[in-house]
Amino acid sequence: MRTARLITAGAAAALLLTACGDKKSDDAAGDGTGKIAVAASDTECKVERATSAAGTVTFTIANKGSKINEFYVYATGDRIMGEIENIAPGLTRELIVELPAGAYETACKPGMIGKGIRNAFQVTGSAAPLTEDAKLAQATADYQRYVKSQSGALIEQTTAFVAAVKAGDVEKAKTLFPIARTYWERIEPVAESFGDLDPAIDARDGDLEPGQKWTGFHKIEKDLWVTKDVSKSGPDADKLLADVQTIVNKANTVTFSPVELANGAKELLDEVASGKITGEEDRYSHTDLWDFAANLEGSQGAVQALRPALEERDPALVKTLDENFAKVEASLEKHRSGDGWKLHNQLTQAELKELSDNINALAEPISKVAAIVAKK
Amino acid sequence: MQRRKVLGLAGAGAAGAAVAGAGAIALTHREPKPDTLVSDTAGAYPFYGERQAGIITPAQDRLHFCAFDVITDDKAALVDMLQDWTAAAARMTQGRDAGTFGAVGGSMQAPPDDTGEALDLPASGLTLTIGFGPTLFRDVRGKDRFGIAAKRPAALADLPNFPRDTLDPAISGGDIAVQACAHDPQVAVHAIRNLARIGMGKVSVRWSQLGFGRTSSTSRSQVTPRNLFGFKDGTRNLKAEDTALLDEHLWVHSGDGPDWMTGGSYLVTRKVRMLIETWDRSMLAEQQTIIGRDKGEGAPLTGKLEHDEPDFKAEDGEGQPVIAVDSHLRLAHADQNNGARLLRRGYNYVDGSDGLGRLNAGLFFIGYQRDPRKQFVQIQNSLAKLDALNEYIRHTSSGLFACPPGLLAADDYWGRSLFA
Repeated sequence: MRTARLITAGAAAALLLTACGDKKSDDAAGDGTGKIAVAASDTECKVERATSAAGTVTFTIANKGSKINEFYVYATGDRIMGEIENIAPGLTRELIVELPAGAYETACKPGMIGKGIRNAFQVTGSAAPLTEDAKLAQATADYQRYVKSQSGALIEQTTAFVAAVKAGDVEKAKTLFPIARTYWERIEPVAESFGDLDPAIDARDGDLEPGQKWTGFHKIEKDLWVTKDVSKSGPDADKLLADVQTIVNKANTVTFSPVELANGAKELLDEVASGKITGEEDRYSHTDLWDFAANLEGSQGAVQALRPALEERDPALVKTLDENFAKVEASLEKHRSGDGWKLHNQLTQAELKELSDNINALAEPISKVAAIVAKK
Repeated sequence: MQRRKVLGLAGAGAAGAAVAGAGAIALTHREPKPDTLVSDTAGAYPFYGERQAGIITPAQDRLHFCAFDVITDDKAALVDMLQDWTAAAARMTQGRDAGTFGAVGGSMQAPPDDTGEALDLPASGLTLTIGFGPTLFRDVRGKDRFGIAAKRPAALADLPNFPRDTLDPAISGGDIAVQACAHDPQVAVHAIRNLARIGMGKVSVRWSQLGFGRTSSTSRSQVTPRNLFGFKDGTRNLKAEDTALLDEHLWVHSGDGPDWMTGGSYLVTRKVRMLIETWDRSMLAEQQTIIGRDKGEGAPLTGKLEHDEPDFKAEDGEGQPVIAVDSHLRLAHADQNNGARLLRRGYNYVDGSDGLGRLNAGLFFIGYQRDPRKQFVQIQNSLAKLDALNEYIRHTSSGLFACPPGLLAADDYWGRSLFA
């Protein structure tokens, strides 16, 4: 029942990346099928209508506030049915999403943080019941769409980061570094499936074999924070963007099986447990909590794609996962600072232990997901 | 899955007793009992019984002790975990995998329900002993998370600060403790590791300690071992065979406190760092004076044999006590402590080195008793104030736990009588 078909992969990607302009809301037909205007501000999220007929639903989101905004459509358990990120102040962007009958939530996220300003959204109509396998097939499609949206933002943000580095604007580059990495970290297991590209983008000093050249995010991180000189970082920056572009192109041509999704969700938490809690990931900038949050969101993205199948097969596990995701989020939330996060070296050992405990508590039930979706 | 078939008792007897005097004892029983030495180091002690195994069980050679913090406030989730723990403990102590499917028998897409490092290893005399700490009843903020504050025994009173304590809170205390003792360190570690894995999200390891080389004997079938100072330790320990003394000093009686502890015992742990390099350059005579015994035989300085009774009144030619007033033997002796005695089953430890070229080594003290207020606290106050040994030791960790009686059958589980 809870499913969303992608219109077409290419079209959606193009929309996510480029759809903007001054589209007027229009429900001329008066049958609940027209475009739905969303007036977003820093404090409000006014959705023109709270209902729609099943099928293609188009939201036109106008950001009238002063902060960058995002708009989401969630199914039960915060499964993302559609999202638009990086809506700059003054811009209007469109989200086109296929929604079968059911109860949804819409959310504006001014400042791109938190749970957002939520509204209920009812979709009426009938939909054919799905078989189990259809639910799993849907999981694959849902996750592919997630990868597409994240990889689009990854290109945008890496482009901005690289531009700042090449312009010699150290302060701006430092600000953009954890933001670009956010999109990278959300889909890192996807990147890791492409062998040598992951180290080229994300290797840490000392990870390499003798003779390999160190490139990627962390090389530039060292230039920014330790050497404090990016005058020679131009070629590294260019290569980073080229490598990211290559990986994004590849990511959007492959699909992932439900078991791969489940393992990806687990691997992202393992990344947190082994690299972020310890401060190993961003050892120069100490921006590990950005990566932590992104890994967590990426894990949640994969789990949410599997959610319909999981709810059918093991509803108790879904409940446990929901509770444990909420616990990690709550313990992470304590360390928010401004629009971002505290630095890793600002956390006490006791605070890190709490985060570690909560990640372990979540990773344990998540390690059970693969076997459940693999079960015939 | 049975990890490895252990030798039956007949087989063990035929193979010859590994420990002197053990074979005869083992062969007199059809079923091994917790207080009877399993005759080969592979065998299994029963998990179910009136007492928890691992207290008067003849001390095994290896220890992995683990203190957990409970990180959920959900009583049902904690009780559920204790049931899972009990099932796993019942299996592992019998030489079986922690979970039903085992290390290699489950789904290829699921993490195994046993971690596998004990495959091919026998039960190795594994015992798992559980205890509940004061903070389970009221946490450090004073909150009664599980509605059991009223069931906290008076005897589980926080230990006082003793003179010279240098305790590190990070390796002290804990809501729940599990003592894993076995003849094979890998079996002990495997047991703790699997319990920690099963408890993930409900409990978090607060601290844990590995120990090698028991420093006490808890049965007359065992010889008295030596601690890292090179002295015999535990000569006057309570022993499994001293039934009347155990009844008086070790086991909690009906009416002592809440019913759930009747038949149980209180556990005190102390990590005692030994400054062994300075000890090693002290004169033999000084070492013996400090301990109050001779180093070779272990006899009191007033006697000839290990088990001779010390004569605290004896004086040397200059009118000084032969067993010094600040000697460890005198200060720890029951006669000096209102008759207080303990059942000790501590272990030596070496946690690598300390960065200053010294071994980070010492004694992980484990003492069981009927009431710590009258026993451990009494004795430790005497020692902490005066003991000449204090120059060579530092207490760095402390733990206090209420260990309930044993489980009689598989429908029971750890903590049931406490949480019911």
